[in-house]
Amino acid sequence: MSPETNPTITGPEIAIQPMLPQPPPAHEEEVDSIYIAPNWKLVWWRFKKHKLAVLSTLVIILIAVVANIPGFFSTQDPQESVSTELFIPPQRLHFFDEGRLQLYVFAVDGVRNPETLRMEWQTSDEFKIYLQLFPEGYSYEILRLFETDRHFIGLEDPESGDYFHLLGTDRLGRDQWSRLIYGSQTSLSIGLISVIISTILGIILGGLSGYYGGMVDMVVQRLIELLQSLPAIPIWLALSAAMPRTWSVIQTYLAITIILALIGWTTLAREIRSRFLSLREEDFVVAAKLSGSKEARVVFHHMMPTMYSHIIAAVTLAIPVMIISETFLSFLGLGMRPPAISWGVLLKEAQNLQSIALAPWLLLPGLAVIITVLTMNIMGDGLRDAADPYSH
Amino acid sequence: MSQYIAKRLIILPFLLVIFSIFAFFIIQAPPGDFVSSYIADLAASGSSVDQAQVDALRERYGLDQPMHIQYLKWMGRIVKGNLGFSLDWQKPIQELIGERIALTVMLGLFTFAFTWLLAVPIGIISAVKQYSFLDYFFSIFNYFGVATPTFMTALIIMWLAFTQYGISVTGLFSPEYINAPWSMARVGDLLRHMWLPMVILGLDGTARLARIMRANLLDELNKPYVEMARAKGLSEWKLVLKYPVRLAINPLVSTIGWYLPLIFSGSVIVATVLNLPTIGPMLLRALISQDMFLAGTIIMIYLFLAVIGTLISDILLAWLDPRIRME
Repeated sequence: MSPETNPTITGPEIAIQPMLPQPPPAHEEEVDSIYIAPNWKLVWWRFKKHKLAVLSTLVIILIAVVANIPGFFSTQDPQESVSTELFIPPQRLHFFDEGRLQLYVFAVDGVRNPETLRMEWQTSDEFKIYLQLFPEGYSYEILRLFETDRHFIGLEDPESGDYFHLLGTDRLGRDQWSRLIYGSQTSLSIGLISVIISTILGIILGGLSGYYGGMVDMVVQRLIELLQSLPAIPIWLALSAAMPRTWSVIQTYLAITIILALIGWTTLAREIRSRFLSLREEDFVVAAKLSGSKEARVVFHHMMPTMYSHIIAAVTLAIPVMIISETFLSFLGLGMRPPAISWGVLLKEAQNLQSIALAPWLLLPGLAVIITVLTMNIMGDGLRDAADPYSH
Repeated sequence: MSQYIAKRLIILPFLLVIFSIFAFFIIQAPPGDFVSSYIADLAASGSSVDQAQVDALRERYGLDQPMHIQYLKWMGRIVKGNLGFSLDWQKPIQELIGERIALTVMLGLFTFAFTWLLAVPIGIISAVKQYSFLDYFFSIFNYFGVATPTFMTALIIMWLAFTQYGISVTGLFSPEYINAPWSMARVGDLLRHMWLPMVILGLDGTARLARIMRANLLDELNKPYVEMARAKGLSEWKLVLKYPVRLAINPLVSTIGWYLPLIFSGSVIVATVLNLPTIGPMLLRALISQDMFLAGTIIMIYLFLAVIGTLISDILLAWLDPRIRME
């Protein structure tokens, strides 16, 4: 509970009493709850008013659920490549078959073009492939805890040898929908982990800088300025090019999160520094110091709780930046590399005009990036406004 | 003022030394030196290299010497204007990047001008007509601008231009001008190709700058002097443009310091997708083929451009805002 919003616990009753606004007697219950509400509750009430931000939060929760159990939502093993199913365009999902609720897609038929010798896919309009919810499919692990073979959507008759690809297939005949789902796990977690690392760096360096000021502040500020004046992408590229090619997927993954975090912590550090600077002079901090609290207690018990909401908002706004950066790196071939799957790796398939002219649906993973980044930014803005007590 | 500029100029060499050490670290970072990766490439393509030749290469680049000597030698060569030799391209680096640097800087400056010309009016309109249709429109545009990776915009425009009009929008020159000597016709051709990468690169920045301009101006518009001027009967547009806008632009000038590096940084990706003859795609190729001297030189150029950008922004800001000079 923050000392700001509940001053009665920080000192003797008499000294604090005059500061408390007197609640008008008319509608006591409602008003009372505002005066005794802890900070997080006030933030939540303000956040709730921002309808778009709430909607975005729901979308993000949905995306997070999908990213945590990709096996359930995928329709096929993302690494399985079928040489007879190259570059199939997306098959549209239909919900009603002759008036009753029934999921199906139309089958596609490949015809080889005699001139270009390329397979051309035509959607038949009579042969339907029926789908159902929660069918059995290939087996996978949920959160590495237990194994199952239930999926969200799949063929009604798995023995028929039919296939369906909701977002089409790539040049190796791999199902793009399943790859997109699995890619979200990598892309989102890279964003999250690198932001956690840069938050820790930012809190330590920004906190030191803002709390002590003086020489420490000078050095940290110059370091931040130096890092912010660097062109990030060339540096990222150069650092990731230094990773040995022989590294495993896990090693590359960790290296990339660290590379992203090393350059990304500066914005957060600035934010935290300015909070510390303004809080340092607040009465409750001075009071805590005067009553003999140790420095660690002043920082972690009195100052930090008042900025949790700001930190959370800043973190929310930092994650999308990291997600886009990972996409950039992998897109240019210096981030995650196959067999790893991430949104950047998927978009690398659409790197030149030839591939997108042939298979425009390879650009669809970009839509996932846009939706994720968009909703996270809206949620972050909503949180930031809600965390600011002077915003309304 | 001149004192202020002199102070900034004195820091410059120190920054460049720090950056050059950084760039050198990057050259050295990959496992093995580039001669070994060069030999591996040659071996993979079937030709063999004898040991004497390998040693000669190592000696030529001083790879048998300790790190700090290598660094000093590299710096010494650069100061003398010898950037080294690219193993991948089999050409001196000067020859490779001369024109590319000019094109990179030109694209950067065009993008910069484009963003400002667009962002400042958008910011003013959004602030003066707060919560109007246009304000919301620009706000939505801003969210999408930030959320769309630049390469997506480039890919989508490329694809649309190809499927709708059957034209290819890649490159900065038409085929007949690629290797032609500079002439008025070639400059014209360049300008005809430049606008697309400029727009793609600039959209992201426009959204951000307009947002900052809007916030700055909103702060100013609520101040008493605006009310005063309005009460005295100054027409609304004249009033806004003459006082609050001038004050609101100052913080925007300070963004040049990070915005120019951002343009150069972003241009790596857009240039790769659109296949532009700038230093970005060359850096990428150099890094992938481990042509580290070329990569190090290009990183150095990027850092140099960034420093110049910051310097320009500091000087401009000091010139615009006397409070900064006085500090």
